[in-house]
Amino acid sequence: MSATLKVKILRGSALESFEVPRHPSQTVLDVVTYIQRELDPTLAYRFACRVGMCGSCAMTVNGAPRWTCRTHVDRVARNDSIEIGPLRNLPLIRDLVTDMRTFFDKWERAGGHFEGAATRHDDFAPVRPDSEDRKAADAGIECIGCGVCYAACDVVSWNPDYLGPAALNRAWTLVSDARDVKTRERLRAVAGDAGCHACHTHMSCTERCPKHLSPTAGIAGLKRAVAKAAIKGDL
Amino acid sequence: MSKYFALVHRVSGLALAVFLPAHFWVLGKGLEMEGFLRWTEQPMVKLAEWGLVVLLAAHLGGGLRVLAVEFLDWHEWQKSLAAIAGALMIAAGLAFALAL
Amino acid sequence: MKKEVFLWMAQRASAGVLALCVVVHLATIVYAVRGGLSAAEILGRTRGNAGWLAFYTVFVLAAAVHAPIGLRPVLAEWLGWRTPSRDLFAALFAAALWFLGMRAVLAVFG
Repeated sequence: MSATLKVKILRGSALESFEVPRHPSQTVLDVVTYIQRELDPTLAYRFACRVGMCGSCAMTVNGAPRWTCRTHVDRVARNDSIEIGPLRNLPLIRDLVTDMRTFFDKWERAGGHFEGAATRHDDFAPVRPDSEDRKAADAGIECIGCGVCYAACDVVSWNPDYLGPAALNRAWTLVSDARDVKTRERLRAVAGDAGCHACHTHMSCTERCPKHLSPTAGIAGLKRAVAKAAIKGDL
Repeated sequence: MSKYFALVHRVSGLALAVFLPAHFWVLGKGLEMEGFLRWTEQPMVKLAEWGLVVLLAAHLGGGLRVLAVEFLDWHEWQKSLAAIAGALMIAAGLAFALAL
Repeated sequence: MKKEVFLWMAQRASAGVLALCVVVHLATIVYAVRGGLSAAEILGRTRGNAGWLAFYTVFVLAAAVHAPIGLRPVLAEWLGWRTPSRDLFAALFAAALWFLGMRAVLAVFG
């Protein structure tokens, strides 16, 4: 391990090279921060918590989407060098910053918000935590909308209308939520060429999710739920 | 890993979609069966047949993986299903190669 | 919307049928080749055989369903073909497979 790290950053269409001093336990976010503070103040990038909780620092590192605050340089550096770029599949604002609006619009289009029918006057909804539906929902609810899965997905890059793994995963957690009353509308929203049926089980989303969720499993659940509803005439 | 199995599945499917009409057309031409069998003895034809069976095995293996992911409950071991599917692909191809 | 759901179901169902048919078909071919059957011997067993005729009819039908449905996403995702003419092409391809397939089946088993 040499004393300096060779860093290439994709800014627009050009790769710019920097040299950064290497330290033990250094993260890729440390590297980007160093470059912006000490070498080039015009470098634009996003971060917030820097401790692996918010997902804001997601970028492409050596070709794979990752949380840069949780990526140790030692783990990813090859020949003392790394290459950093913005997340794939999202419009570029500048340098390492992407426009997340389509990501969240698709979340909404997939029916990604909860709708219940109970009021404060009703009793609590009894939901057994060990029921199959609740276990399925619990397996997917920790998503923080960081966009890594969306960036990793080949179908998103091939099909601009595809809702994507995060939006579909969220829809699945709500379809599995016994208290939600908009299941039929949600299944209608996620069925079709732009929805769950476009998933070809590449499983890049599952492979890259920093919270170890499996959107593939959620999407498979949606495929089955949609088929059942269609057969029953409920779609 | 699964991404590569999915791509093999897709490319083998494309190749089969091209082969299948040709296969049907040749068989339906009412070729004199004896002459046809002699033609299939040629080494290039044998190689093509072997390639086709490998494509078929690859597509079938990849397809079984898709069915498993879509219909069986999610478990970590499903990732190794991809590996098993691959092994079956190669096994089928080899078995046919031996039978040729 | 509903179309995509039924196409998805038809694809999985035909996949299951094809998986079985392919195994039987390959086993039979290997048996015939290994057994060194001559043309006359093969045709002697296949011509007029109602059982095999039925089997291969099902095989062709499953293939005529499965291949076009499988092609559709590839046409859209890799060729950018998303207009309604894509579905027409897929239907024509299905018809072609059915026609050519049954022609072959009848030639060998009729």
